[in-house]
Amino acid sequence: MKRGIAGTLESNDIMITVKESDTLKVTLNSIVYDFFHTRIEKVIYDTLAELGVDKVDVVCEDKGALDCTIKARLITAIHRMEGER
Amino acid sequence: MRRSLLFMPGNNPAMLQNSDVFDADGVIYDLEDAVSVTEKDAARILVSQYLDSLRRTPPMEIVVRINGIDTEYWEKDLQAVVSDKIDSIMLPKAQVCYLNQLDEELTKIEKAKGMTKKINVIPIIELAVSVLQIDDIVKAPRVNGVLLGAEDLSSDLEVARTKQGNEILFPRMRLAYACAAYKIDAIDTPFTDTNDNEGLEADCNFVANLGMNAKAAIHPNQVPVINGVFVPSAKNIDWALRVEEASKQAAAKGLGVFSLDGKMVDKPVMDRARKILLKARKYNLIDGEAE
Repeated sequence: MKRGIAGTLESNDIMITVKESDTLKVTLNSIVYDFFHTRIEKVIYDTLAELGVDKVDVVCEDKGALDCTIKARLITAIHRMEGER
Repeated sequence: MRRSLLFMPGNNPAMLQNSDVFDADGVIYDLEDAVSVTEKDAARILVSQYLDSLRRTPPMEIVVRINGIDTEYWEKDLQAVVSDKIDSIMLPKAQVCYLNQLDEELTKIEKAKGMTKKINVIPIIELAVSVLQIDDIVKAPRVNGVLLGAEDLSSDLEVARTKQGNEILFPRMRLAYACAAYKIDAIDTPFTDTNDNEGLEADCNFVANLGMNAKAAIHPNQVPVINGVFVPSAKNIDWALRVEEASKQAAAKGLGVFSLDGKMVDKPVMDRARKILLKARKYNLIDGEAE
């Protein structure tokens, strides 16, 4: 099964693991979950749509990343899953 | 005109998002030495997304240090980061042939992206061959400043890098003269001991007296020290203001040469005073618009 990981568990970063899947599933753990989970999930779904990816398992460990960091780490993880660097 | 350029690791979100608060004249988002080979893709995408997210023009110059032209990364770096959001590309291990290649690629990207601005280039002199090519490097397309990279240069020369810096005196002087001749910035190598700001200040004063006008920083704490050295002193500003006033009075009398404090003031002296005041006004040390 193809897999891609990007990001770190440092403050202001997010570690995202993506795996090939038959469905779209997003799991989010965040230090700011109560305040921002809707927003973070929107960034993830919007980015996947931009990339044309609709069948993937996404697991996020968020340490307070900004939208641009979330998007960057997700793009990197997807590229890595697809074998691009 | 720059005083300080602060390096920021390109794969560190916490540092990127705070990079506009340190008062550096420019920030260098580094995709080269600060990023491991396994994270080149991640850093490139992070810097690109960070730049895209900027809603207002930052108060400082935005520079991106790409990977060298002798690597597999530089073209991808450029495609990812070149936009109207950045001002300059910093090129490691610069040589004239590489600068021409970079110019061609930047021209293509600017055209393809319909950009409104032309990206500047800051080459890094960090090979012995680059030191020998400096007269042509300063004339290369887009170059408006040159950085000395002493760590790689010492490695190329197989000499020890010291705090005194005797081993880099020659390239520092070559760089200062070449940049002065073409009116571009001579930017000194970073001072690598981030716990020794007294040493940093002494190093800045030394290179300022050689004719270099800026220095790169590798820690935010170094920026105020560097900014403090690469501006005219209060004594020099006072002198330049008096020269400016006296030259206005002399001009009204039709005099091209006059005397101030018993010393002759002619065009070269007035030009020096003008440069001091230009820099002082740019950095808000005195009132008035920098021309």
